[in-house]
Amino acid sequence: MIELYSLLIFMIIGAIIAIEAKDLISSVVAVGTVGLGLSITFLVLKAPDIAITQLVVEILCLIVLIRATIKEDLSFSTSGRWAFSTLITAGFIAVFLFVACKCLKELPEFGYPTMRVASTYLKEGLTETGATNLVSSVALDYRAYDTLGEVTVLFTAVIGVLAIVRQVGRKKS
Amino acid sequence: MIKEDEKGMSLIVKTITRLTAGLILLYGIYIVFHGHVSHGGGFAGGVMIALSFIHLMLAYGKEVVFRKLSKAAALFFVTLGAILFLGIALLGFAKGHFLLNFISKGEPFKLFSAGIIPYCNIAIGLIVGAGFFVIFVALVSLKFEKEQKE
Repeated sequence: MIELYSLLIFMIIGAIIAIEAKDLISSVVAVGTVGLGLSITFLVLKAPDIAITQLVVEILCLIVLIRATIKEDLSFSTSGRWAFSTLITAGFIAVFLFVACKCLKELPEFGYPTMRVASTYLKEGLTETGATNLVSSVALDYRAYDTLGEVTVLFTAVIGVLAIVRQVGRKKS
Repeated sequence: MIKEDEKGMSLIVKTITRLTAGLILLYGIYIVFHGHVSHGGGFAGGVMIALSFIHLMLAYGKEVVFRKLSKAAALFFVTLGAILFLGIALLGFAKGHFLLNFISKGEPFKLFSAGIIPYCNIAIGLIVGAGFFVIFVALVSLKFEKEQKE
């Protein structure tokens, strides 16, 4: 439990540095440390599949962000309506905290999940699907519709990015 | 293996990249193919495959990578992965319902086991690997065009 709390404090400090840093490169590197801490947290919580995925996606996001922000250092916009936006933000935080306090009391305690469907997967998964990696058997056999939707979302994202930033057909102004 | 060019980063980065890019690609393919036996799967392995090409691109520049995997070929692999996944799902109608695990399960801990799960993993690995590579190429070339205008 102590290592989870230390990782959480590390991630919160990284997020605060990412907000308060003066230039964009330091901010991007601080966001990268938050993702790395999240990956180690998944490893501590005994979920190596998600830890591997989080690590590689974090590296990819870091490369894309550095490649996108290293050329131009955008200046932060400070408009004159800071009192209004601060008031709105504080109001939303208060509403969120109130609803979260109501909701979190209903959840099972940390580390003691309710195992209604998951116990069936753990018992029957190997004989029904034949896959020794139970995460893979859930993602591609029991919950294959979710994976089909995920693949559709990814395919649509690739097509959408190419349609927006393509060079053919762009008018020269 | 890779012809030396003037573009890209320094000689040290190029030498290290020549040694490691192939290993990263092989490890990604291993993760994709063993997704049903050990940890990993199509998504993580696909991102590793994309990262090996992006690694090559950062060190050597665009032209060397496009000689190995052009943009049209990457788009072809994205579409092939999507059609492969949908085709495997539709083949389930031959024995029953949509997305049915219709191939025999085989022995556990073997490479060819668990029915359709490895084939679905390969399809997801294709679509993720080629898709992230195409997105990265699109973002980078957009930057280059914007710099040329200024």
